[in-house]
This record gives sequence, structure tokens and C-alpha cells, in this order.
Amino acid sequence: MTLRRLSLRTLALAYLGAVLVVPVGFVLYKTFKPGLSEVWHSVTTPDAVHAFWLTLQIAAIAVPLNTVFGVLMALALVRGRVPCRRFVEALIDLPFAVSPVVVGLSLYLLYGRTGWFAGPVADTGVQILFSMPGMVLATIFVTLPFVVREVVPVLRELGDEQEQAAATLGASRWQTFLRITLPSIRWGLLYGVVLSTARALGEFGAVSVVSGHIAGQTDTLTLLVENRFQNFDLAGAYAASTLLALMAVVSLAAMTLVNRREETA
Amino acid sequence: MSSVSASLPRRRRRTSYGDAGALSLGIGMLWLSVIVLLPLAALVDRSLQDGLSAFWSAVSSRQAVAAFRFTFLIALVVTAINAVMGTVIAWVLVRDNFWGKRAVNALIDLPFALPTIVAGLTLLALYGSAIAFTKWAVLLAMLFVTLPFVVRAVQPVLLELDREMEQAAYSLGAAHWTTFRRIVFPNLTPAIVSGAALAFARAVGEFGAVILISGNKPFDTQVSSVYAFQQIESGNATGAAAVSVVLLLLSLAVLIGLRYAERWGTHHDA
Repeated sequence: MTLRRLSLRTLALAYLGAVLVVPVGFVLYKTFKPGLSEVWHSVTTPDAVHAFWLTLQIAAIAVPLNTVFGVLMALALVRGRVPCRRFVEALIDLPFAVSPVVVGLSLYLLYGRTGWFAGPVADTGVQILFSMPGMVLATIFVTLPFVVREVVPVLRELGDEQEQAAATLGASRWQTFLRITLPSIRWGLLYGVVLSTARALGEFGAVSVVSGHIAGQTDTLTLLVENRFQNFDLAGAYAASTLLALMAVVSLAAMTLVNRREETA
Repeated sequence: MSSVSASLPRRRRRTSYGDAGALSLGIGMLWLSVIVLLPLAALVDRSLQDGLSAFWSAVSSRQAVAAFRFTFLIALVVTAINAVMGTVIAWVLVRDNFWGKRAVNALIDLPFALPTIVAGLTLLALYGSAIAFTKWAVLLAMLFVTLPFVVRAVQPVLLELDREMEQAAYSLGAAHWTTFRRIVFPNLTPAIVSGAALAFARAVGEFGAVILISGNKPFDTQVSSVYAFQQIESGNATGAAAVSVVLLLLSLAVLIGLRYAERWGTHHDA
């Protein structure tokens, strides 16, 4: 045990403590200080329950769609010929780098009253902005890269010899995919799904722009936190935050578990 | 690896999926276009709706420029701090051993899993009385959300790194710091750069963590994303689109730069 090693460890842990652990711990403490029944009451108001279900519904639509897209795109990128591959890959990563406000505004300008699709949207009578479809679109946008990014390296490392063998032996593409490719990429795929879910549940900026902030109708959990904070309901904001933090911890646990499986697989 | 040998197997490959690759590429590109490219095209179109001069005056107004400058500079500072601290944390997680290391390792991803608005509220709750509505608050919020990028980029490289080189350097009498600077650091540089670039792009666009804690004071703590949001709220969608296009171009430049830097890196691998 050298002094240098000890000081590096102290530095790293102190930084993590100051930036991550202590603030999150403090919010938990503040949440539960008024007592459990208060917290329970605060997360079971009709608005909170509605926000909770809306958040889950949005994630339940966005994540499966992006999972299918992610697998297709990863297969195309690794196994097929893609013109301008690097450019396409950069485009897929774009939702990681682009500001959530930019995402929300783009959707607003596409589907809004003065947007490109204003006419067709009005004709169909489906409300996209300030209702669930717009929020789903925003969530799909921000979670788009996760599955692709997790599956591509796994596919690359895997190689296609087994797939070739299966094809030679007469397996159809679908059989090859189900029997050979899917089992090999499952942990990477699952990791991408968990990351997408965590992001979908927690998205704030993009959803905020397209939601219209209609309490009890278009408030997700993250919007509820902001709403309560702006209305000086600090205890309520902490309680909703804690609920979100719990969901984040579940995601983290799932990520760690999947990662360990991936390493031992 | 030379570029010739890298491209050879790709050309030879008649894939097990045959032309299904083209089909899945087509579906994938369609999805990407509808979800990502079409909205962004509408954004760019709207920003230029009133002509180039209107675009220019929207992005060069005093408040917009102040927000750009502040966002850019603070994102640079945040990136620099987390590049250093991220490398230290990755080092400790790979080379050190202590009780609870696994838990600490899992904790690194917390900023990825925790919603940004919760991150902002969290920092406000603890440090609010001291730093709320100052530049320090923005710095802290961005440090929080960008923390995992460099750690997660450096960690796998450090794990794979051949320790024989280091041991050779030690046995030849190099000091620890010299060994790190001359042997370890050059091997880690590509990972640090790529993690830092993603962290920078994230910091520039950050919104949720900043909005509660920054106070959004023009010419002081207002970042570009919040400025754009305010323009939307006050009905100036065209101006907001112009500012957004600048942010978008910056993200795109970072990502494309990163892709080509990676290629440059693999070309120059021994």
C-alpha cells in the first residue's frame, strides 16, 4: 500500500462522494424526513399516479420500437454494405449529442400549427403536439442510439462464421437470426434495452417542449418534479424525485447484472 | 493494421443474411429519417425562413452571444475537469483494490440512469444555499451529468493495457510519474479524447440539470439550451430554431470529428 495509491483512491472517492453520493443521499434524507405516510400520500395523488402511468406507457411504446430498429440497423451496419458508413454512424449517435431542447423544438416545428405537417396532422384529427404521440416521438428520438451502439460491437466481435455455417446447412435467414445471432447478442441487446428504458423514463427536456405541461394529462414524472418545484411544493418534488431515483437504481442494478452476465458469457 | 487488409474481408463477404442486409438497412434508414432527420430538417428550414440575415441577427444578438460564450467556456472547463477526474477514477477502479469497489463501479453509471431534472434538484437541495443561481451551480450540474463518459471510455482500455511495458519502464529506472506520462498516458489518449468529446457535446446541450439550479440569468448563468427554451416559450420559434441550429452543428461536428479521429487512430496503430 503506497501513499500515492491511497491518495489517488481518496481523491477519486472524494470526488464521487461530493458530486454524486452526498447530494443523492441528502435528497433521500429530505424526502423521508416528514415521514413515510407523507411520502406515500405525495406519490399517490391522482396527478402523480397519472404521471407515473404515462411515463411507463411512453417507455413501453418507445423502447420496443427502438429495439427492433436497433437490431436491424446493427445487422445492416456490421453484416451489410453501408455507403458512407461513418457518416451514418455519426447520424445515429446524433441524439446522444444534441440538446433535448433542440429535439423538442424540431418536433414542434414539424408537427406544430405552423409546421411542415400542420395540414396532414389537422386532417387526420390526431393531436400530436401537447399530447402523448408527440411525447412518444420525443422519447423515441432521444433513445434511438442505445441498442444500436450496444449491439454493433458484439456483432462485430462475434464474426459471421456460425451464421455462414447455418446458411450453408440450409437455415433460412429468420432461422439463422433466431437460432444463431439472437442468442449470441442477447446480453448486449438487453443492456441496450435497459439503457433505453432508463433514459425513456427520465427524459425531461425534449418531452417538456412538446408536452404543453397540462397537469394530470401530459405530465410525466420528470415534468411533475419540475411542476411541483415551481409551485413551491418542495416536499412533493422530493417525493417524485425519489420515485424516479428508485427507478434509476433498479436500472443500475439491472445494468450491473447484465454486465456481469456479459462478461461470464 | 493497414487500410488494405481492413477493407479486404468486407469486400469478400457474401453475408449469411444475403440481401436481407439491404432490406434492414432500408428500414433502419427510413426509421432514422422519420424520427431524427425529418424533424431536424424542419428545424433548419424554420431557422432560415426569414432569410440569412434574420438567422444571423438571431444568433448574434447580445444575449444569444453571451449564452453561447458562457455555454462553450463552461463546457470546456467541465470537460477538462472530468477528463482528469475520469482518468483518475478509471485508474483507481482498474488498478486499485478496496472494499466496496464493485458498488463504486456500479455507481459511476448513476448520472446516466438518474433523470437530469432529479440531478438538478438534488444538487440544489444540498449545495443550493451556497451556490444556487451562480456559475458554480451550472459547473456542478454539468460535472454531474458528464461524469461517466471519460471513466467508461478509459476503463476498458486500461484493463486491456499490457503491463509489461510499464514494468519494463520501472525496471529501467523510470519514476512512476514518468512511466505514466510516457507509457500509460499515450495509450489512453484516444479513449480520453473520445470520452471527453462526448462529455463536451453533452455539457453544451444540457438542459434538465441546469434549468432549476442556474437561475437562468441573462449575461450571467444563462446557457444556450435554456435561452432557446425561453425563446420558444415567448413565441419566437424562429429565433429559437436559429440558436438550435448552431447547437446542432456543434454536436454534429463533434461526432463526425470523433469518427474520423477514430479512423486516424486505427490507421496509425502499430
